[in-house]
Amino acid sequence: MTVKPNTSSLSGRSKIVSNKKMTFAEKIYLPAIFGGFAITISHFFGKKATIQYPEETRSRSEIYRGKHVLKRDDEGRERCTACGLCALSCPAEAITMIAAERTDDELNLYREEKYASIYEINMLRCIFCGLCEEACPKEAIFLTNEIVPSDYHRGDLIYGKDVLVEPVDKRVDISHRQTPEVLEFKKDKTQTHNL
Amino acid sequence: MDGNYILYKFILASAILLISLLVAMYSTLLERKVAGFMQDRIGPNRAGVFGLLQPLADGLKLFFKEEFMPGTADKFLYILGPSLTMMIALLTSAVIPWGDSFTIGGTEYTLQVADINVGVLYVFAILSIGVYGIMIGGWASNNKYALIGAVRAASQMISYELAMSMAIIAIVMMSGTLSLKEMVDQQHGMNWNIWYQPLGFLIFIVCAFAECNRSPFDLPECETELIGGYHTEYSSMKLGFYLFSEYINMFISSAMIATLFFGGYNFPFMDSLPVSHNVLTIIGSVVFFVKILFFVFFFMWVRWTLPRFRYDQLMRLGWKTLLPLAIVNILITGFVIMIKHHL
Repeated sequence: MTVKPNTSSLSGRSKIVSNKKMTFAEKIYLPAIFGGFAITISHFFGKKATIQYPEETRSRSEIYRGKHVLKRDDEGRERCTACGLCALSCPAEAITMIAAERTDDELNLYREEKYASIYEINMLRCIFCGLCEEACPKEAIFLTNEIVPSDYHRGDLIYGKDVLVEPVDKRVDISHRQTPEVLEFKKDKTQTHNL
Repeated sequence: MDGNYILYKFILASAILLISLLVAMYSTLLERKVAGFMQDRIGPNRAGVFGLLQPLADGLKLFFKEEFMPGTADKFLYILGPSLTMMIALLTSAVIPWGDSFTIGGTEYTLQVADINVGVLYVFAILSIGVYGIMIGGWASNNKYALIGAVRAASQMISYELAMSMAIIAIVMMSGTLSLKEMVDQQHGMNWNIWYQPLGFLIFIVCAFAECNRSPFDLPECETELIGGYHTEYSSMKLGFYLFSEYINMFISSAMIATLFFGGYNFPFMDSLPVSHNVLTIIGSVVFFVKILFFVFFFMWVRWTLPRFRYDQLMRLGWKTLLPLAIVNILITGFVIMIKHHL
């Protein structure tokens, strides 16, 4: 009994290898070489894929998960209340904070009675997963479509509040990060944190 | 042999030396640009406009690198290797006719340092010595990768020299001279050797790639197998000399190809131009450099197109294909010359 070759194929893409003798044209290489020249020279004059980085940047999606921002509310007060949920949710353990109590003369600086006196994100540890913004009950932390630039020292990549908190005069637009469902939910004033 | 003559030769030799170095320097940039363009990139463009200062930056970097010498290396030979390679690479330029001649004050000044009547033989002699630089460098490094690279270089260059010389013999038979100047003069206008010796040209250019250790025959230094081949243990400007001499070799090889097969400084309709002899010489030299630069580009084009040969394929191509083809080419040329002689 002769063994039949196995013709069944799971993917339907299997090919039977042929070891046929090369033709004369294949043996002298030259036609194939000139074919190669044609391909390389067409790429030589073709469109270049390079993006000249610092001058030009690759366009990023509006919901790109990049550098974080600590939001202020409409009156310019920091929203963060140093609850620590972001730090707890962070799988890379990149976030640390120290909480402090708001004094009476700081009413226009912080929205809640408790605030983060130190808030640091280690950008070398951060994996930009976005769980911190998901965990935040105060809508204080968001990821933006800006990237974290490289640096010469590891220490300089631990971003503090000076980098993270948005400036009062240059507010960061994060509206595109909120889905229609979230925006709808925010109108529900029975939820205390929507007030 | 008056002082004037010596001064003119001295200026010419210095000019050719400087031009060779300059072309080799900018070939390194061109190589990276060509590589980039062929891979849909744009290559270095940060140092100066279009990256024109890049070769200077690279050179400077090589000068400031640590000068490392392996403890077990043979000190004298280790230094001799790159020096020899560089020197030999520059020697060939002496016999190449870079242009016709200038007539200033009734005296004729040819644009060739030495019009020796055995020019072709001189070129081959120098090419044969070329392998010593690599061989000595690889041996003196006392490193097995370097040694393998050097052994490969030696056998490769000896194998391809044969086919290369055979390809040239057909040209020598045709033109009946060994002087490069006379050969160029015979290819006046469009009467180039390439029309008569296409097979010889093909053999010659393949061998030129092998002689320059350029891809697809860059086995002596193939990074994937031998790290850096014969220059594995070299650093700083000694490495720079090895890399630089490769580009000089490329330039000289291109000049040889242009001289032997593409009419050197001859160009079509050169007799119908209403200009003086001196101006015609300048145009001819420019044309010659355009031809050379095209072949330098071709060297790069090939490098970024073809993959590297395997060593047995390299040897088979050299001994079993190119050498017999070159002999057949000589036979055909001889046959045609004989028929023409009898007609």
